[in-house]
Formats: sequence, structure tokens, C-alpha cells
Amino acid sequence: MMSDTTTVQSTAVVDVAKRVNWFMPHRVIMMLVAAGLVILAATTMRWDWIPQYQNQLLVGIGRTLALLFSSAIVGMLFAIPLGLAQVTGPRPLGWLAAGFCGIIRGTPLLLQLWLLYYGLGSILAANPDFRKEYPEIFYYIRQAWPYGFLALMLSFAAYEGEVMRGAFKGVPRGELEAAKSYGMGRWTMFRRIWLPRALHRALPTLTGDTVLQLKSTPLVATITVVDAYGVISKVRQATYLTYEPLLLLALIYMILTGIMVVAFRYFENMVPSKR
Amino acid sequence: MYEALTALSDLSVLAFEPPGWGAVLLAGLINSMYIAFGGYALGMVIGLLGASGKLYGGVVTRDLLEVYTTVVRAVPELVLILILYYAGTEALNAVLIRIGIGQVDISGLVAGIVVIGVVLGAYLTEVIRGAIKAVPGGEIEAGRSYGMGPFQIFRRIIFPAMLPHALPGLGNYWLTTTKDTALLAVVGFTELTLATRQAAGATKHYMTFFLAAGAIYLTVSILSGIVIKIIEARFGRGLVRPT
Repeated sequence: MMSDTTTVQSTAVVDVAKRVNWFMPHRVIMMLVAAGLVILAATTMRWDWIPQYQNQLLVGIGRTLALLFSSAIVGMLFAIPLGLAQVTGPRPLGWLAAGFCGIIRGTPLLLQLWLLYYGLGSILAANPDFRKEYPEIFYYIRQAWPYGFLALMLSFAAYEGEVMRGAFKGVPRGELEAAKSYGMGRWTMFRRIWLPRALHRALPTLTGDTVLQLKSTPLVATITVVDAYGVISKVRQATYLTYEPLLLLALIYMILTGIMVVAFRYFENMVPSKR
Repeated sequence: MYEALTALSDLSVLAFEPPGWGAVLLAGLINSMYIAFGGYALGMVIGLLGASGKLYGGVVTRDLLEVYTTVVRAVPELVLILILYYAGTEALNAVLIRIGIGQVDISGLVAGIVVIGVVLGAYLTEVIRGAIKAVPGGEIEAGRSYGMGPFQIFRRIIFPAMLPHALPGLGNYWLTTTKDTALLAVVGFTELTLATRQAAGATKHYMTFFLAAGAIYLTVSILSGIVIKIIEARFGRGLVRPT
């Protein structure tokens, strides 16, 4: 995540070196040990609960991914104006954006989640007038996932707002001046030059932060949203098993992270980059 | 809605004397800070050892450390905390019983520090590794040509020279750590977030308490930010920064 500035050529060299070294004797031994541990875990630990819970688990993983992508996409839509307001907006608007980012980034996500669910949620749900006037909205307010989505979305918006602030600032002045000298209006300039160049610069950080966002999603289980982590918590309560469900959960997150890293690298390579 | 707002303006629930819950929040904050400082110190030790191992260790050490950093950074902190907190203490007791020492009761504080330290160690390993790599090779060769041993070179050259490169990352992860201590609320350790929830549940003043705790966390992170700036200025002297 950190060394994304290496050129294509040097990464290619590293790849070749890795391929040559992959089957060194100690690595073969380590792989055998790892395989042995997996076999030991598969044979001596209890996994008989999996068939009973596999459907719930798949639904839970789907819910995790739905929360991840919806909160990241909507959060990103908020992050762009948050970053822009701090770079070019009117002063008070910039302060407001900076304050929002600072407050969200300075407090734990778990606390924000509980504030929204237990605090705001209880106030809204306890309001009889609101219940009568907007029964459709009230239906959602009684559920937990809107609060989970809101907390995750605000958190992503604040962190990426900072990233976008840096990215908007980092676009070379000359490119914007060139656009201006071509007679582009402010909106055209933003749409054609500033935003695409900023997004391009922010791309490596954005992909890394989306992985971090995946790792924040299990917190929603603490407000009764049954995601992948929530299903595993249910399994642990029902079976009194300590290790097995948690190990499977760790494996699930490792696989999801792995898939995301590979997919993002593929998309990053598709974007032509010449800096 | 109106009642909720009037409840919010009733700050007597935050008083320090027993009908108020201020003392409970303060005790929670102190617990959070113990965990944050302890976990950060442990994470620094693991990070320094891990970075040294990754850069100067043998092939086996390097691969084992790679597995450690990759796995820890791919699994959510909450899941790692559960695994280390429950499974870790259980496994430790199983080993202790096997070798005949018998069961020990691990306090939540120690378990929390170890859990945060082990997780943080993986991130700091990468931060410190990158910083050490930024130290020019010539400086290390100069130390060697003066007849310094490897430990002397590390203490006198590598460590002070890598510090300005590592400080931004170290500062960021300090802020992350203060917030990650909140996750211990999920395993039932009474730090600030759990103390807040207990106080809120007992008094039904949810908004007041969660906003108060948010203000406390924010104060901690703002003060930390100021201290980090001072430290960076102090150790970053003479470093040419790209503007």
C-alpha cells in the first residue's frame, strides 16, 4: 500500500525475482508445515456446524459486501465536495468541511455507531408524532442497518475527504491554467481536468482505504446487523466453540481482502499512468 | 423531540459525585490510556524487532514475519482482538496446565495491551522498515568503517537517521491506537466507550454521554496531534522535505 510509486519496470523485476525464489527449500518446509496445520485443524477441530450455518453465512458475507460497497460509493460522493470545499470553497464552508473531517477522524467509529444507534435511534423511535406522520420512514428507523450504513458512510467520507483535499491540491497549477487559457469555464475545467487528475492521484490511497473499510464493517454487528461477523457470533453462542468460528471468520476476511487487492491492482493497471 | 433536547441540556448526569457518572467516564479514559500507551510501547518493540528481522534477518525469519504482517493486516482488528483475547488466553492456559504451572487469571488490562500491541506491531513493522530503508547506505558504511559493531550502528546511526522518516507514520498509528482501544469494549473491557455505554444505559441519557465521550476522544486526538507536531519538528531538523 505504501510503495505505490514504483515504476512498472521495477515491479516487473521484483515479480520475476519472487517467482524464482518461490520454491526455496525453507519455503517448501514452511508450506508443508502450514498444510500440516490445516490438516490438523480440519481433522481434530469441530467443523460439523458449518452445513447448518452455511446459508446464513453466505447471506452475512453478502450483507458485509453490500454495506462495504454502498458506504464506500456514497461516502466517496460526499468526499469530493468535502475535499473541494477545503481547497477552493468559501472560507466558512472550508472550515465546516475541515471540522467535519476532524471530528469524525478524531473519534472511534464504534462510538459514532453507538451514538447514532442508541442515541439518535432512541430519540427518533420514541417520537410518536414522527411515527404517525411518516410511517414509511419509521419502518427503516426501527431497523439497525440504516445506522450502520450511515456511520460507515460518514467515516469513509471524512477519511476520503482528507485524501481528496490532498489530491485536489496536488494537481499541477499549470494544467489548470492551460485549461483556463483554452477558455474552459470553471465547471468544464473541474469536470475535464481537475477531478479526473485528482482521482487518478488518489487512486492507490482509495483502494487501500477501501480494504480498511472492509475491516471496519464487522462493527455493525454490535448494533445487531447480522453481517458475516454477526453470523459467526451467533454460531459461537449456539455451539460454545472458541476457536473454530473465529478461525473461519479470519479466513473469510483474508480471502475477501485478497480478492479486493488483486481486483484493485487490475483496475489500477488499466488506468494509464505516466507521471 | 423536544424532550430529547431538554434531556441533552441536563449536564448534571456528568457530575463527578455519585449520582453523576463523570468519575466512571474518567476511570474509563484512564483505562483507555493505559491500554493505548502499553499497547503502543509493545507495538514499537515488535515493530523494531520485526523491521530489523525483515531487513537483516535470514530467509526463514523474513518469510515468517511476512506471514505475520500480511495476516494481521488482512483480518479486521475486531476479529483479531476476539481471537487473541479469548483464544489467546485459553491457549496460554492450556499450555501452562500442560507444563504443570497451572491456570493463571489474565487481567483484562494485560490482555488488552498484548492484543493491541500484537496488532499494532504488524503495522509499525512496515512503517519502520520503510524508514530504515530510507537511510542512505553510505552512512551505515561510514559507521562500519569507523569500526562500529552492528548494535552500535543501529543505536547511533540507523535509529536517529530513520526517525524523521518514521515519525509521520508512527504519529498516525498512535492516533489509530487511541481509537482502537474502543474495540476492547466489545470483549467487555471497561474502557471509555464501554463505560460510556453503561452510563448511558443506566441513565437513559444516551446522547449526552456519547457526545461527551466523543469530546473526550477528540480532545485526546487534538492534544496528541500537537505533541506529534512538536516531536516531528524536534527530530526532523536538518531533513530536507519535498514541498
